Amino acid sequence: MSKVTLEVNGKKVSKDVPNHTILSDFLRDNLNLTGTHVGCDTSQCGACVVHVDGKSIKSCSTLAADVDGSKVTTIEGLVKDGKMHPMQEAFKKMHGLQCGFCTPGMVMSAIDLLQNKKNPSDAEIRKWLEGNICRCTGYQNIVAAVKEAASKV
Amino acid sequence: MKTFNYHVPKNVKEASKLASTSSAFLAGGMTSVPSMKLGLATYKDIIDIKHIKKLSGIKVSGKTVTIGATTKHAEVANSRDVKKAIPSLTKLAGGIGDAQVRNRGTVGGSIANNDPSACYPSACMALNAIIHTNNRKIEASKFFKGMFETALKKGELIEAVEFQIPVKSNYQKHPNPASRYAIVGVYLAKHKKEVNVAVTGAKSSVYIDKDLSKALSSSFSSSAIDGMKLDSSEMNSDIHASGDFRASLVVTYAKKAVEAC
Amino acid sequence: MASLVGSRVERKEDKRLLTGKGRYTADINIANQTYAVFVRSPHARAKIKKVDTSKALKASGVVGILTGEEIAADKIGGLIAGWAIRSEDGSEMKVPANPPLAKDSANFVGEPIAVVFAESLDEAKNAADIVKVDYKVLKGVINTADAMKGEAIHDGIDKNLCYDWLLGDRKAVDEAFSKADKIIKVDLINNRCVPNAMEPRACVVDYNTASEEITLYTTSQNPHLSRLIMSAFGGVAPENKLRVVAPDVGGGFGSKINVYNEEIVCSWASKKIERPIKWVAERTESFLTDTHGRDHVTHAELAVSNDGKFLGFKNETIANLGAYARVFGTVTPTYLFGPCATGVYIIPAAYSNVKAVYTNTAPVDAYRGAGRPEATYTIERLVEKAAMELGIDRTEIRMKNFPTEFPFKQTLIHTVDSGDYVAGLEKAKQMSDYNGFAARRKKSEANGKLRGIGVSSYFEACGIAPSAVVMSLGCGVGLWESSEVRFNPTGQVSVFTGAHSHGQGHDTTFAQIAADELGVTLETVDVVHGDTDKGTFGMGTYGSRSLAVGGIAIVNACRKIVAKGKRVAAKMLEVSEDEINFKDGEFVVTKSNKKKTIGEVAFACYLPGSRDSDFKSPLPEGEEPGLIESSFFDPANFSFPAGSHISEVEIDPDTGEVKVEKYTAVDDFGRIVNPLVVEGQVHGGIAQGIGQALHENTEYDETGQLITASYMDYTMPRADNFPEFNLGFTCTHATTNPLGVKGCGEAGAIASPPAIMNAVIDALDGQEISMPATAEKVWKACKLLKKSNSKAA
Repeated sequence: MSKVTLEVNGKKVSKDVPNHTILSDFLRDNLNLTGTHVGCDTSQCGACVVHVDGKSIKSCSTLAADVDGSKVTTIEGLVKDGKMHPMQEAFKKMHGLQCGFCTPGMVMSAIDLLQNKKNPSDAEIRKWLEGNICRCTGYQNIVAAVKEAASKV
Repeated sequence: MKTFNYHVPKNVKEASKLASTSSAFLAGGMTSVPSMKLGLATYKDIIDIKHIKKLSGIKVSGKTVTIGATTKHAEVANSRDVKKAIPSLTKLAGGIGDAQVRNRGTVGGSIANNDPSACYPSACMALNAIIHTNNRKIEASKFFKGMFETALKKGELIEAVEFQIPVKSNYQKHPNPASRYAIVGVYLAKHKKEVNVAVTGAKSSVYIDKDLSKALSSSFSSSAIDGMKLDSSEMNSDIHASGDFRASLVVTYAKKAVEAC
Repeated sequence: MASLVGSRVERKEDKRLLTGKGRYTADINIANQTYAVFVRSPHARAKIKKVDTSKALKASGVVGILTGEEIAADKIGGLIAGWAIRSEDGSEMKVPANPPLAKDSANFVGEPIAVVFAESLDEAKNAADIVKVDYKVLKGVINTADAMKGEAIHDGIDKNLCYDWLLGDRKAVDEAFSKADKIIKVDLINNRCVPNAMEPRACVVDYNTASEEITLYTTSQNPHLSRLIMSAFGGVAPENKLRVVAPDVGGGFGSKINVYNEEIVCSWASKKIERPIKWVAERTESFLTDTHGRDHVTHAELAVSNDGKFLGFKNETIANLGAYARVFGTVTPTYLFGPCATGVYIIPAAYSNVKAVYTNTAPVDAYRGAGRPEATYTIERLVEKAAMELGIDRTEIRMKNFPTEFPFKQTLIHTVDSGDYVAGLEKAKQMSDYNGFAARRKKSEANGKLRGIGVSSYFEACGIAPSAVVMSLGCGVGLWESSEVRFNPTGQVSVFTGAHSHGQGHDTTFAQIAADELGVTLETVDVVHGDTDKGTFGMGTYGSRSLAVGGIAIVNACRKIVAKGKRVAAKMLEVSEDEINFKDGEFVVTKSNKKKTIGEVAFACYLPGSRDSDFKSPLPEGEEPGLIESSFFDPANFSFPAGSHISEVEIDPDTGEVKVEKYTAVDDFGRIVNPLVVEGQVHGGIAQGIGQALHENTEYDETGQLITASYMDYTMPRADNFPEFNLGFTCTHATTNPLGVKGCGEAGAIASPPAIMNAVIDALDGQEISMPATAEKVWKACKLLKKSNSKAA
């Protein structure tokens, strides 16, 4: 067993979990933060993307013990004072989601993009989102949403 | 996933001591964690080396760029110093996996794993890298032994990789459309005395293509290798690309690399 | 009041889905639940000699293990084929039994043999690993084209043939062909695709030992239909003791229509072990066992005159059903494919002959477009080739053969109520700068690249109806849809629908329709779906039917509410009904301008009286209190969206890479309820079609192992595979429903594969190449092209 202590969405949590506990399972099963999704077993799909110490990572391929002591932000942690993050707002405005399953990972990844590059081009957005698969939208409105958010952030 | 003992050593010595035949060092975990999840690999001990401070960081001297084993791909990709010294290395690092993989995956992990379609081994070969371990220094040409096989011994831990700064260099990749690993990756480096064309993805392990290197050493232009036919008999052949296609791609991307230099 | 129908309304469901508050099946946990892991066949075809669970039963945490023996002993029924298709010779189709847990033989890799329930997922997996199954491995039948030559894989099904179906008149076709100037021929493979909804299938079952009710939470496009099938055919529980809930569903694309083995087994087992059960597929399990799509081998011919008139059409297809016939498996390659294969053209004589075969591969069923993408690919490849061989412009030859009068009686079955195909293609030409292509090609060639342009004109028969017709064609159920509209006493409205959103945005679009009909705000309307305990029985969401069928049931129920409201308002305003006009939520007396809002009327319906009203009721005599109405809508016909798409690709001959440079889509969906949502549906459909054309490769090896069973090997299109799609719309209203709407969900996936492949083949100077046009195939074609060019020079 490992004692894993994290600051998740601003709250300190500490749990004893088996050593092999994956971060996505830790969030979903131990903290009931089911907004982080798991869509594949090979870290390709990106539905599981969360931020660890401000950077986007794939939580399905990360051991919980490996990020012990880190700050983790999940999709649930983006809402501040009842208001959605500008990226979430932009996805809504531009219809950047359909079934919503890939969306949390997509949003977390897109936020990290804007941290790295303020006004990305269409091509840069499409390249950055290489690690996030969406089957519904054909990506077009996701790209539009990221641009919309870039103009607001 | 089968469970394991989890260790977080503070220094290399401690890490090395913990190693056994059924242990693995955990650097970024971008290959090892999915492999364990899928039951493709099981270990008794996982030795997490991220707390060993001296393993991380980038140093650029006059002739070499040295990258610590646990330095993440994103750090290399975004490093101004590396970009100035070997721009193709930042390009390579910036094209590994995806943004999230680059935020966790490490140089040391990539090299120690020696996946036949990984990008970094080609940089090591083309840039005459020296792999620094806790016991010795190994030349890249002697480090990569075969598919997922390296010269590393039990308990031996990569500390850093020292790349020789070339005169010119470029990396070109034809990605696997599904996994985005390299179907073929060509790392071209023009050094003062020779040209190295290192190829990943094409064979069971990274290699220097002697024909291309020789041709480009005598004349550094794409026309020097235009129409060259490589022997495809040892090339990988799978659902994404036959050996013949790979052989052709190696030349095509070598040409593109020369033109981009 | 501005109309909500037609507005770009942001979706009501988005806040939930964007903030991590969506509730998908895998998010549900029930106290004391066990975890299920299935033991699956590693062989494509094998006899099951023995299943030994003794060691696994003793493993840590194991609660129980069940096998095919037990499920058979409990007489639990298997999976079903939803449509009975007759062969040309009049015989009924041949369907093998498909038990939920295979007992005697396994027929595809991944078929469930046994199931382990344990206290934790790890323990369940460990125990599943040590369930010992003795197989006698047999040589499998894998390949579609050769399936009829292989050993029969199911007892009594000769040549592995499910049916040999014919639609049309062979004699008339022969005559037409004998008079033709030229016969255009194509041999096509419509590649198998894995639907790959991003949410893997899952189910959570909770059995209440006291009420004896099973609650099944599942990833389904059609919870009512699932309940019906599990009850009527599975015998899992009577319908009143089986509640099926499909909460948020993360995409389906057809793969979540079927009731699957896991749902039947876990529902049955939960009662047996008296514990809740949770099962969530890993991605590879999804690859192996979700129903796949397409997989046709087609030879088709088009008889033409020298001036480009189409005279006759023949279509000989072998369709792979996989190991078993499933819900829409048998109708997809027949009635959804055959009649549509003549496309948007007047072709006086035609037939489609389809032989459906069983193979040792995953079952094939509806996948976005279901039959119609295969049909459109067939005819549009022929038409493009005809244009090339006759030297007629590809758009001109299409226009020449388009019907211009509607209703258009298509050669095989359909009478298309409305459309304007010429307008659609003209608009697509203009938007894509069709005439500027030659200059763009020159520019590409100057850069050492090849450039091609491809057109695809399509129509889609969707919103399958009416029930009497579809049942006469062999469907096991009627394809109507239902709705109940409840106007609450305090003014909000609950709209219950039997359709079920798995990404389509019904919470929003159905609310727009109801709000407009009732003259209330969007915020007051809530759409309720996905739970058999809530609302009326319904058939679910697939085949672009939700709006054109389900939406109309909502309209009709709302109109009944208004009709009753009018009667009540008349009484309240002391006028006769015909003196009242209903507009924007108000019942207004035309002459006096006196009025009652619909909210006031609703209140009066629930509280019919007041302290000071001298016993007078606001309700007319004989009128019941309350304001709830329902409707079952059974359309008079399918709906027929149509359009033309034009794509341009650029090929790097050295690497074989195909880049989609431009993509223009002009579609006619009739009246559009929410352009934002409709555009999203088109984008997604186009992307899936481009995926099929260029990327997606489902490969079984000769032993029946699926070698593309993860995202490491199956190419899922990513954002950087696409350009920005350029969309346009034309509009002819459907005449078969009161909103004038047509389906829109599948159009993109139907039109785009031929648009892309026609462009690729154009770039390759007419060289045929099969889907997916992967880098290596294209590189090889480019090499041949170089050779033939140098010979010509």
